Amino acid sequence: MASSSTPEHQQLAQAVNDGASAINAASTTEELRTVVSALTGKKGAISTIKSSLGKVSDVEMRKELGQLVNEALTSLQAIADSRSQQLRVGEFASVIESDRVDITEVAMSARATQRRGRLHLVTQATERLEDVFIGLGFQIAEGPEVETDFYNFEALNMPPSHPARSMWDTLFVESDEPGSVVLRTHTSPVQIRVMQDWPPPIYAIMPGRVFRKETPDATHMPVFHQIEGLVIDRGITFADLAGTIESFTKAFFGEGFTSRLRPSYFPFTEPSAEFDIRRPDGSWIELGGCGMVHPHVLRAGGLDPAEWSGFAFGFGIDRMAKERHGVNDLRDMYSDDVRFTEQFS
Amino acid sequence: MKILLSILREMADIPSDPEAVALALNSLGLAVEEMVVVGTPVEGVVTARINRMEKHPDAAKVTRCFVDAGDGVERHVWCGATNMSEGDVVPLATLGTTMPNGMNIARRGILGIDSEGMLCSEVELGLSDESSGLLILPKDTPLGVSPFEALGIEHDVVFDLDLTRNRADCWGHLGVARDLAAHFGVTLRGPRVDVITLGGASSLPVEIIAEENCASFSITHISGVTVGESPRWVAQRLAHLGMRSINNVVDASNLVMLETNQPNHAYDASVVASFRIRLAHSGESLVTLDGQTRQLHAEDLLICNASDDSGVGLAGVMGDLHSEIASTTTELALESAWFSPDPIRYSAQRHGLRSEASVRFERGTDPNGWSLAAERFVTILKETCPNVVLHASPTVVSTAYCPQPIPVQVSVSSVERLLGVRIEVSRIAEILSSIGFESRIEGDTVKCVVPTWRPDCAQEVDLIEEVARHFGFDNIGKTIPNSTVHGRLSNMQQRRRALRRVLVGLGLDEAMPSPFLAAGDLSRIGLTEDNVLHLANPLVADESILRTSLRPGLLRSLKYNQSHRAPKIGIWEIGHVYPKSSQQLPDESEQLAILVSGGDVETSLMQWNAICDALSVGAQLDQGRVPAGLHATRSASLTRGKKIVGVVGEIDPVVLDALGIEGRVSVLEIDLSVILNEEPKPVQARDINRFPSSDIDLAFVMSDEVPAVNLQRALRQAAGKRLVRIDLFDVYRGKGVAEGSRNLAFRLRLQEPEGTLTDSILAEVQQACVAAGEKIGAAIRA
Repeated sequence: MASSSTPEHQQLAQAVNDGASAINAASTTEELRTVVSALTGKKGAISTIKSSLGKVSDVEMRKELGQLVNEALTSLQAIADSRSQQLRVGEFASVIESDRVDITEVAMSARATQRRGRLHLVTQATERLEDVFIGLGFQIAEGPEVETDFYNFEALNMPPSHPARSMWDTLFVESDEPGSVVLRTHTSPVQIRVMQDWPPPIYAIMPGRVFRKETPDATHMPVFHQIEGLVIDRGITFADLAGTIESFTKAFFGEGFTSRLRPSYFPFTEPSAEFDIRRPDGSWIELGGCGMVHPHVLRAGGLDPAEWSGFAFGFGIDRMAKERHGVNDLRDMYSDDVRFTEQFS
Repeated sequence: MKILLSILREMADIPSDPEAVALALNSLGLAVEEMVVVGTPVEGVVTARINRMEKHPDAAKVTRCFVDAGDGVERHVWCGATNMSEGDVVPLATLGTTMPNGMNIARRGILGIDSEGMLCSEVELGLSDESSGLLILPKDTPLGVSPFEALGIEHDVVFDLDLTRNRADCWGHLGVARDLAAHFGVTLRGPRVDVITLGGASSLPVEIIAEENCASFSITHISGVTVGESPRWVAQRLAHLGMRSINNVVDASNLVMLETNQPNHAYDASVVASFRIRLAHSGESLVTLDGQTRQLHAEDLLICNASDDSGVGLAGVMGDLHSEIASTTTELALESAWFSPDPIRYSAQRHGLRSEASVRFERGTDPNGWSLAAERFVTILKETCPNVVLHASPTVVSTAYCPQPIPVQVSVSSVERLLGVRIEVSRIAEILSSIGFESRIEGDTVKCVVPTWRPDCAQEVDLIEEVARHFGFDNIGKTIPNSTVHGRLSNMQQRRRALRRVLVGLGLDEAMPSPFLAAGDLSRIGLTEDNVLHLANPLVADESILRTSLRPGLLRSLKYNQSHRAPKIGIWEIGHVYPKSSQQLPDESEQLAILVSGGDVETSLMQWNAICDALSVGAQLDQGRVPAGLHATRSASLTRGKKIVGVVGEIDPVVLDALGIEGRVSVLEIDLSVILNEEPKPVQARDINRFPSSDIDLAFVMSDEVPAVNLQRALRQAAGKRLVRIDLFDVYRGKGVAEGSRNLAFRLRLQEPEGTLTDSILAEVQQACVAAGEKIGAAIRA
């Protein structure tokens, strides 16, 4: 290797040294850019050395110096990059400092302006019930809220003038044939429609709005919601009804809850029962009615009672919402008062 | 329906523990609503004689009584009652006594003079619901003893049962006792009937003309009656069961009805000795026992005195005032009949008169219950009328319409098929026999005869229910059906849920206003009322119309919230509307409406875009068809061809002004019966085009008369297949743009499907766009 003590060597070493100092002395990104372009530009120290290399006569020496020049440039660039990084970090620190906010202040104003909407408590309860029943293998059927006497009463084993019709305070719709159109008093008419429209086996729930001629008070509304369940299959028994109610009880209320059936009467089921839910503390909730679908009802739905049997059950949705959220007055739930609504996230 | 434990226990040896009885009643479907213990002796209450009474000049309403409780000490007691006299024996609650209502008897006084106890009424002793002063005991009652003991007052339990519509038989104690006897496996004795001394045969004539309505009518002749007070136990039981004591005859009649479920009526046989049962003539009237004059209807059933064809009773409902027994009555004609349930129900409804009798007849009584009723009646009467005579050969007339015992059979396999549990044939027969169903086993089948007191049982399934009740619902077991159906939401239901999530995501609250409107609610907001349905029997006039739009309800909610300091809220409803149709049922459909107070047309369009995105749907905006009730220049119909699927924009400010709602209100309504039922195909992916793209910005000046979307459509067409997206990024009106026009700036992103976009192609597209704009009157801005 040739000696490194030629003037060119010395000049180069000096230029790199000076350059590094200048780069590290730059205090802003802008200044750094100026320094770097001065060093590496056409009139910079390195370029000057490079252009003077032509005068070196020794070919080997010229080659070596050329390589050294390139190395010097690379090393200066690396120093500049590192300095640049340092400077940017410093500069962002001040930008970040000037960005400072009070998070609690932002949180408060965000809360004031950005609120997610609320589903009505009844919708929330309905969806939760639907989800539980879907998990138990049920589908969801819907039907009209304005019904004919046939679907609301007659097909449910209550022929005209049947005394059990008085179990419901019915709202009638004016029609050419008075008394033939009603606001459905229960979701049970959907049972008949499902039997007529869906091929069995049927595992369906029927949530929806129902109507009674009742003056609103803390626990009654003329317009409220029920959910009905219908199972029609071969070989369905009362024990299946009791078992399904029990599964629902555990799935919806929790493992510690159990259910029991008590004899009752509905024109459209036989045997008929009330079902109660037992809380883990031993107290009972009277939930709803159920029973084995009456043979007359199966026939009204177009099914042969000799082949198919089934059970039905039903209960109020509003009460589920009321109990879950400790609502004292059902009228509040239907007030659409934002002061009430916004509580329930 | 009130039931007394004492009566039940006379009829069968059921447990005395009221809790055990209540549990059994509930498990049998005879739900106990309330259980009240009555006649419990009150510790500390003793009999006392009023020695003398004094009035105090400063206390006009009360009397000072000085009483002797048999212990030689004269006590002073203030008393507010007025029915007592000196020498009367009355109950005294001594100091320290706790009364049934929880009150403590302490030394208290008026005008500085203390009372050393309290003189008691029946109400205060928990013996009755009503009383008109102190309980006065017989003068010979010993002093200082328990008045309960002295009067022989029974400790009893009243069960208030919430009976189901089918259990007609349980409107009498006998039906309840029968179920309980079967449940506890004890014999049913029924009401106590003394061996009756029969008098000479005496048949009072009966003629039934209305054979369908009155299928059976019996008259029993009873003589040797003295009308007077009832025995204390009769009056007491009636009081517990909610009836007032009248006299020994009426009380016996009422108690028999409460015990056996056989309504009956006692006529003075010297006044009415022959009977005719016919329908009333129109114009006929009757004064019922309650003193009311009733104008009769041609369908009312009337019991008449056959001698002059005058009415003596509105059959099954109430007797007539003039043939009521008198204090001088000694001979009775006791009626027990079976009336067809429906006509009695209508008759009671017509006259607004639901009596204890009509309630029972309309549910169905036992056509064969008359004989037991008559014997029990005489048994009760015998206590006050030792010489009472029941005459032999009572008159019983039955018509072809009289219910007969029905043969029904039930098989082991039917029971198992319906209940899911195998019950031995012998057990089935045993259960049915125990509740009075005559049962005979034939192989695996039990052949039964349904007794006439169970009109609710007519077919096999009815018998299976009886078997289930007495076998015990809890013993049937719990199984899960083997379903082949899988649970899921339908496409429409999934889309409805997705829609709800979008709406709450937009910060909008779900509302659920009443679907009932008042007349004028729709027209007030610019909607037609031509197609509304009316309720025939609305609760209140303001809720007599079924809604045909969700808008009135939501506007009302906005107004309500504005008047409660919530000026700006966003609410929505998914609900049904019920416009009239040519069919029997209305054109019911599901709709969505979103209203935002303080929102404007842009608010509603933003909502529409969010819904379109979420549900992959769309529609054209047709500003030429301004929906009724909406802001004429800031609203549009959402259309698909000729079909309108919704509206978008703002509520007409005239409407808002009329309703008193402040600020703008944005509205979006969508017919969900269209939107939710669509099943958009899954979008098919396009490969990412990796060739470079270019943007060109084009600004046009166009008249306000031409919808911006026309220009966008023209540009889209002109740019052709190279157009990747087009956005309106600026709208400007004002200086430099002619009045009535605006500057619309679009950015078009262009890309070759295959290869690199060249400058010449870009220029070509730009030129085509400029030309397309010009064609519809939009001038390119230099």
